[in-house]
Amino acid sequence: MIEIRFHGRGGQGAVTAAEILAKAAFKDGKYSQAFPFFGVERRGAPVMAFTRINTEPINLRYQVYNPDHVIVLDDGLLSVVDVYSGLKENGEVIINTHEKVESEYDVFDVDATGIALEILGVNIVNTIILGYFAKKTGEVSIGSLIEVIKETFPGPIGEKNAIAAQKAYDMA
Amino acid sequence: MAKEIMTTNRAVAEAVKLAKPQVVPVYPITPQTTISEYLAQFVADGDLDAEYIRVESEHSAISATLGASEAGVRVFTATSSQGLMLMHEILFAAAGMRAPIVMADANRAISAPLNIWNDQQDSIAQRDAGWIQLYVENAQEGFDTILQAYRIAEHEEVMLPVMVCLDGFILTHTVEPVDLLEQAEVDSFLEPYVPKFAYLDPERPMSLGNFADPTYYTEARHNMQVAMDKSMEVIKEVGAEFGERFGREYGLTESYLCDDAEIILVCMGSMASTVRYVVDQLREKGEKVGLLKIRSYRPFPFEEIDEIVKNADKLAVLDKNFSFGIGGALFADLKAKCHKETYGFILGLGGRDVIPEYIEEAVELTKNPVKEVTWLGLKEDE
Amino acid sequence: MVSIGCAISEPGSTRKNKTGSWRTFKPILDKDACVDCNNCLMFCPEGCVNKDHDIDYDYCKGCGICKEECPVQAIKMEIE
Repeated sequence: MIEIRFHGRGGQGAVTAAEILAKAAFKDGKYSQAFPFFGVERRGAPVMAFTRINTEPINLRYQVYNPDHVIVLDDGLLSVVDVYSGLKENGEVIINTHEKVESEYDVFDVDATGIALEILGVNIVNTIILGYFAKKTGEVSIGSLIEVIKETFPGPIGEKNAIAAQKAYDMA
Repeated sequence: MAKEIMTTNRAVAEAVKLAKPQVVPVYPITPQTTISEYLAQFVADGDLDAEYIRVESEHSAISATLGASEAGVRVFTATSSQGLMLMHEILFAAAGMRAPIVMADANRAISAPLNIWNDQQDSIAQRDAGWIQLYVENAQEGFDTILQAYRIAEHEEVMLPVMVCLDGFILTHTVEPVDLLEQAEVDSFLEPYVPKFAYLDPERPMSLGNFADPTYYTEARHNMQVAMDKSMEVIKEVGAEFGERFGREYGLTESYLCDDAEIILVCMGSMASTVRYVVDQLREKGEKVGLLKIRSYRPFPFEEIDEIVKNADKLAVLDKNFSFGIGGALFADLKAKCHKETYGFILGLGGRDVIPEYIEEAVELTKNPVKEVTWLGLKEDE
Repeated sequence: MVSIGCAISEPGSTRKNKTGSWRTFKPILDKDACVDCNNCLMFCPEGCVNKDHDIDYDYCKGCGICKEECPVQAIKMEIE
């Protein structure tokens, strides 16, 4: 079983990202589960969301404490939250930042904000970082991911998000 | 139908759509809100031919639901936590008037302190309202149980409202695979509701929600107890028929590795999944433990429970609720009705995560008891 | 036997309960003094006064509100 923890701020789409990832893995023929842990219900407040992916049905009903992968949608959280907490040995961390992040863990920094501003025109990075995640980890296929992105956001917004996710995938 | 992936709230809304209620008065509250949103969408899109009533409070939601039910149509509403508290008065009226309402409750803690996260204190506090209470473990059970709930509530020897309890966030906001049913399949299982006893009809006038003086009140309440007793059989029949038709069988309880278990962990709702996982882990270490999941809390199936636990030495009861001075509600009921050495554990209050370590600790404290009721994970004063 | 949910399926069955027997004082209207103001008809909580100002003693509980409201003192309360 693979466990992924998302860190974001209210309004950045961390919960949606966790759900899109679970739905894409499900499309790949796996069992999956995604759920949020809401903090205070405010835009900007730190939030966490979790995805589990498995080849068997998933029977766990508690949060992810030892993730295989961590995804951070906002590098401002690094000084607020211990995003590395409980990370498995050889676990990977993908951070949306335009700076080099120093860490004892395997950290991939991706300028998802840059792609978001270029293609979407707004700083919403959840689908982009999932594209990057798909390539780096191979936990989910880019085909299923793009399909779910289009289903989640019907119309032009979905198309743009799909292009942005593909771009992040290609550059990873 | 192929599996789809969705939250329990979505699965519940899909089941409601398939059950075709004609009136849906509902007032949104976290974490139930998306149920009311999905249903509003279904009605707006023409996928559900129902009167969707936007009421001004939960008291009005349940009142309108009761009124519509007494008018003789199938109804649905949903709520959570403080919303259920506001419904309290009408819950008793709905049961007493024998209205076959189906309501989903997204289990959430009660103020104060203000807390939006999961525990089961809200529905437990409504335990004596005369409603049947069924607790579900996952989104699939949420979907299946809503459909069965109508069959149970509308059974002519039951005629009691059913509350389907879903753990807030842990189920309501978790996406996971669900096997949906087609409309034709549901129609073959659940026929349209035809009221038989008390309903408003200008051709056949009658008076509902009546005054009953001491000559009648006791018998009216006793009749509810008779119906509640009868409902045990009906819950089993309906669950078995559901299993025959769709391959997923349900009963009053579900037991896992209880036959030779020395300690049986007893719980309700989503926690059962994690407990099952811990039971597997402990079995690998050679510990004889089992899981007894209570699906039907009211009626309380103590005879069935007695039979399941007969070989066990001790029971460890896990409650996401608390009755001051006694312990958890499920613990108290088991102490009163089953003849086993029983220990109670309070956990998962106000969204405190139920982790395997707590369940292992409950097993340890049942083997080597210190006291009858223990609050797990309680932090010392800092 | 109590019906399911205590529903009453026989319309108008409250008529069987003749509450006039609860009365201690009985209102007597002097129709000659009556000015047809309809106060008694409107104020009677039991609906026991009709348009001709006849009083239905089967259900009149003898509360005396009609007497209080009569502007010309045409109603007297007499002991049963």
